[in-house]
Amino acid sequence: MALNRQPNICNPDSFYDELIHAQRDLTDDQADTLLAKLALILANHVGDRAVLTEAIALARHNTLASVSQA
Amino acid sequence: MLQTYTYPEFAYVQSPEQAAGEVKRHPVIIIGAGPIGMTQALDLAARGVASVILDDNNTVSIGSRAVCYAKRPLEIWDRLGLGEGYAARGIQWKVGKVFFRNDLAYQFDLLPEEHHKMPAMINLQQYYLEEELVKACDANPLVDLRWKHKLLSLEQTSGTGDDVATLTVETPDGVFRLQADWVIAADGANSDTRRMVGADFTGHFFQDRFLIADVVMKNDFLKVPERWFWFDPPFHRNQSVLLHKQCDSVWRIDFQLGWDADPNEEKKPENVIPRIQAMLGPDAEFELEWVSVYQFACRRADNFRHGRVLFTGDAAHQVSPFGARGANTGVQDCDNLSWKLALVLKGDAPLALLDTYHEERAFAADDNLLNSTRSTDFITPKSRASLRLRNAVLELARTEPFARPLVNSGRLSTPTLYAHSSLNTADTSAFDGKMSPGTNCADAPVTVNGQAAWLLNQLGDGFVLLCFGPGARPVSVGNVTARVLEVGKDLQDAQGVLAQRYDAQPGTVYLIRPDQHVAGRWRAFDAEQTTAALSRALALA
Repeated sequence: MALNRQPNICNPDSFYDELIHAQRDLTDDQADTLLAKLALILANHVGDRAVLTEAIALARHNTLASVSQA
Repeated sequence: MLQTYTYPEFAYVQSPEQAAGEVKRHPVIIIGAGPIGMTQALDLAARGVASVILDDNNTVSIGSRAVCYAKRPLEIWDRLGLGEGYAARGIQWKVGKVFFRNDLAYQFDLLPEEHHKMPAMINLQQYYLEEELVKACDANPLVDLRWKHKLLSLEQTSGTGDDVATLTVETPDGVFRLQADWVIAADGANSDTRRMVGADFTGHFFQDRFLIADVVMKNDFLKVPERWFWFDPPFHRNQSVLLHKQCDSVWRIDFQLGWDADPNEEKKPENVIPRIQAMLGPDAEFELEWVSVYQFACRRADNFRHGRVLFTGDAAHQVSPFGARGANTGVQDCDNLSWKLALVLKGDAPLALLDTYHEERAFAADDNLLNSTRSTDFITPKSRASLRLRNAVLELARTEPFARPLVNSGRLSTPTLYAHSSLNTADTSAFDGKMSPGTNCADAPVTVNGQAAWLLNQLGDGFVLLCFGPGARPVSVGNVTARVLEVGKDLQDAQGVLAQRYDAQPGTVYLIRPDQHVAGRWRAFDAEQTTAALSRALALA
């Protein structure tokens, strides 16, 4: 199974709202920790090593590309 | 400081060759009488090769140093007659605890696989280990162990058709020279031999310092031996600490110090004792037995063979202490080298067989370095983001089982499979299970003459054809013969574990190397295929 790069979350607005509101009342440090934990929890749920490799590479490449455009 | 152990002093004896002023030529000279040098000599002796061990000191390891020995090295020592004694004397812990900051993150039970003669690992002070090795060396007529012999220089002549190494050695009686067909450098991470031959020792993946302390617990500290690992504890902020038990109420504590620490300041008892007290609690009564600062880097020699000099153990490769990979991998170097050197010395195999020592053991060293680097990356995160991820894993581990396998406080050393070795013959039939070519043979309970026994103890010192049922015959290449060990005749697989571990069917045959590794396997015996595999395992093909 390849990484799904097409929209896959129904009701994206409510998901995004929930994601940012999960950080309410947290310090910046705690908020960063929350995101790290979320990455680990979701990675475990996915489990498929090839998909995880693809996802990690996508996040990295997208970040590097964004920096070079800034 | 308290002493639970009295260090023996071994007598210096002037060698007859030094007394006579002659330059004697030996088949093998080993530099360093540590665990690796002595294991090497005993393993060579088991294969009929005499050796001389030179050591510049005259006692065993000062302090506990290497403490944890894993199953495979114990199996190798068992082949040399020492495994049962070590297993009986060593400590086996069952419960591991991981602490993060002030609290227990989680604990786990070690559940070792059943049906192996040797335990998954033991803890034993290095001096006890060495004491038994010294006794075995002294009792062996093929091992000449010489104390107070310091190697000053080493020269090699090559290309003359009679390659030889000439060693200049200093003893209390002065300086003399001796020669060797082969020199094995087992003189540790700071190997002088390596410097003398100019071998590169590269790859600083990581470097750190540790304060290691042996502590004698006075009251009943813990009823059963446990292993405790702290990440970022309150008594040693931003570092890691490891506690585990050895024999005689001695507990070993490893404090990570970081590279910038001042080793001399750190090992002063007035600095060490309060730190240990804070760790063990105000009620703990203890005395320091030994304190040392240990520094390391992760690196390996570019080639494990330089002409007539072969490197083993820490002289060949150095790793972080996490996972007990130093001594454990060194003993497996000996296991790999001995039979090859013995066959080359006898003229039964070409020099190319010795080059597979580097091929297989440098591959294992790189695997160890990778594992060791992964542990240190978890224990000592190198960036703010990796520290955040590490701490996230540890916080999740308190309640979430999924996070616990990500916690890496050192993975127990397991053998590296020689999966790509040029000595392997690839499978031509389908096999399940773990015993693929290049794998060290798994042990299994068997019955021999009605008595309970173990498979590994039946394999002996040469090549073996382990066949499940009748049909196989011994095969030979030159002077080397693989004898037949027949399941159902020479030994019985009473519990069925052997057939299960080797995915055996009637007629299945394994060709097993003298170091108990699988060279090839087939569903039925075929003399031509088996002979070709034996030839390949001797580096003749």
